[in-house]
Amino acid sequence: MDTLSNYIFPNEFHITWTVMIVLYPYITGMVAGAFIVSSFYHVFNMEKLKTVARFALVSSLAFLLFATVPLLNHLGRPERAFYIMMTPNFSSAMSGFGFIYSFYMIIVVLEIWLSYRVEIIDKYNKSNGIVKFIYLVVLLGNANDNENTRRFDKRLVIALASFGIPVACILHGYVGFLFGSIKANPWWSTPLMFIIFIFSAIVSGLAVLIFLYQFVHWMRKRSIDQDCLDLMAKWLWGFMIIAVTLELMEVLSISYENTERWAILRQLIDGKLKLSYVYLQIGLFSIVPFIMLTITSLSKMKNTKVKNLTIWIASVMLLLQVLFMRWNVVIGGQLVSKSMRGFTEYFPGLWDKEGLIVSFLIILVPFVLLYLFDKVFPFFGEKSH
Amino acid sequence: MEKIERRQFIKLGLFSTAGILVGSFFAFAKTEKDIEVNSYEDLLKFDWGYIVDTTRCIGCGSCVRACKVENEVPEGYFRTWVERFEITKDETVYVDSPKGAIEGFNRDNAQTAEIVKAFFVPKLCNHCYDAPCIQVCPVGASYRSPDKVVLVDKEHCVGCGYCVQACPYGVRYINEEKGVADKCTLCYHRIQKGLAPACVNSCPRNARIYGNLKDPNSEINKVLHQRRYGLLKPDLGTNPKCFYIGLDKEVK
Ligand code: SF4
Ligand code: SF4
Repeated sequence: MDTLSNYIFPNEFHITWTVMIVLYPYITGMVAGAFIVSSFYHVFNMEKLKTVARFALVSSLAFLLFATVPLLNHLGRPERAFYIMMTPNFSSAMSGFGFIYSFYMIIVVLEIWLSYRVEIIDKYNKSNGIVKFIYLVVLLGNANDNENTRRFDKRLVIALASFGIPVACILHGYVGFLFGSIKANPWWSTPLMFIIFIFSAIVSGLAVLIFLYQFVHWMRKRSIDQDCLDLMAKWLWGFMIIAVTLELMEVLSISYENTERWAILRQLIDGKLKLSYVYLQIGLFSIVPFIMLTITSLSKMKNTKVKNLTIWIASVMLLLQVLFMRWNVVIGGQLVSKSMRGFTEYFPGLWDKEGLIVSFLIILVPFVLLYLFDKVFPFFGEKSH
Repeated sequence: MEKIERRQFIKLGLFSTAGILVGSFFAFAKTEKDIEVNSYEDLLKFDWGYIVDTTRCIGCGSCVRACKVENEVPEGYFRTWVERFEITKDETVYVDSPKGAIEGFNRDNAQTAEIVKAFFVPKLCNHCYDAPCIQVCPVGASYRSPDKVVLVDKEHCVGCGYCVQACPYGVRYINEEKGVADKCTLCYHRIQKGLAPACVNSCPRNARIYGNLKDPNSEINKVLHQRRYGLLKPDLGTNPKCFYIGLDKEVK
């Protein structure tokens, strides 16, 4: 039977999770993705990625530091945030959050510390006074640097990186699971959700690295490590294919099963999400970069300028693709009424506490942080002109 | 002289201490009698259940108004509400619940077609036996009381909203002023004193029945043994404890 009235339960006029909860998986996605890229270099010895390995690692930390900001901004009682670690209820998928997050933070910080140790010792030797002391504290009082310590550090980094890959997957897959395990929500509840989240994380991680790497090099008028960029672009191409295929397969199988669930989701896709899902996420930001990356990956483009620009634009589009994907999952799922008879509305205000300006700032801060870090420890070598 | 004084002083001290102790025992013993707090063992004798008789509801909205006043439910949110279903000759279903039916209903929702069947369905927290809201609460602020009522600890809830997402019935909301999750408590403060929940109390048609499922002679058990009833969204495995008499398949 059809419903003519758009009926939603009276408590559903305001959605519970706002754009802040869209940002959280978006940011952690970049964290996990960037980390996995740096691990490719350390663990699988992909020499070509050496140029971006440390940059990827530090980016990962920059995003990680700010991943919780949107969550805290959203909590009704942010001052109680630590209850999640003090009184965890382990039947809740969310209760592991604090532990996984801190554990991952430790791994990333340790790995950065170890891979920058030689530089810090160098700075320590060259500085005096209070600055020297600060470096000594950062070095935990040990300024030994020789063949042996370097070899040892390297081995530790490899161990941490290989350990970090599953942890990064868990961190992000777990966010997918938070949504996928909600049986009350027809748009979220699917065991595929966490796999989709992992792959889209890698896509956003690769895309943000390509985006920043080229951007920084253009700004500084330096030559690009073409091998490294080509490799990253190919990986991006591969991972985006997997991510988008999974996203589409999920919808395909729901539609093919054609249960009561599809009756409402079909209306969602064809109605409220038509623009952000069908036209933007799938149409513009998946198919177009797919074509662009197919060309740059398969054809031998002589003109590297055009090629690199194409790769850059594709990476920007894929960053937006993942952002739209998060929006369509988080917000889209909440637009469906649990009465299965209608949809609610949501769009963030510009100046709200959880509005667009705040979101924009939260996304921007990690980039500023990266810029500052680069001032102290230049990512791509000292000679920058 | 000095010695005697000291002895008297000690005596005085001992007596007065003893006096205070005995007195306070009395005082405490007295207050213990005054406060009506059921012990844990007492609470275990109860399992509060609820019946909604959809065949009796007339959609007057008294229950919604009573709940709002009794529980200071914030504007725009509801711990209970009433839905109206209108099914027309061509099998189209119209559903509405204007402002949760706090002012009742006036005009028909289906204006043009001929209505062949219409009924009202009050909704509230089902106090599910396998409540997903309790399962997902990361800090354990959503819990089940010993007498099996699903409650939220407002002093502990962090306001993450995960339970709001997990409840399939849309009965939870975040109380924006307090920043914590909120929902029907079955008027826990009232049922502890033997009073009926405000909604049950205010219903002029006795469409709402509450009672102890563990007591074989309770009214609720009698009705459940006599009537046929359904549950909301039984396929989700939440095992709800709110039983709907005369439930139509269109109600979700
Ligand atoms: S109806 Fe919703 S809020 Fe009430 S116990 Fe069930 S899942 Fe929890
Ligand atoms: S909003 Fe409160 S009660 Fe609900 S899941 Fe979060 S902490 Fe638990």
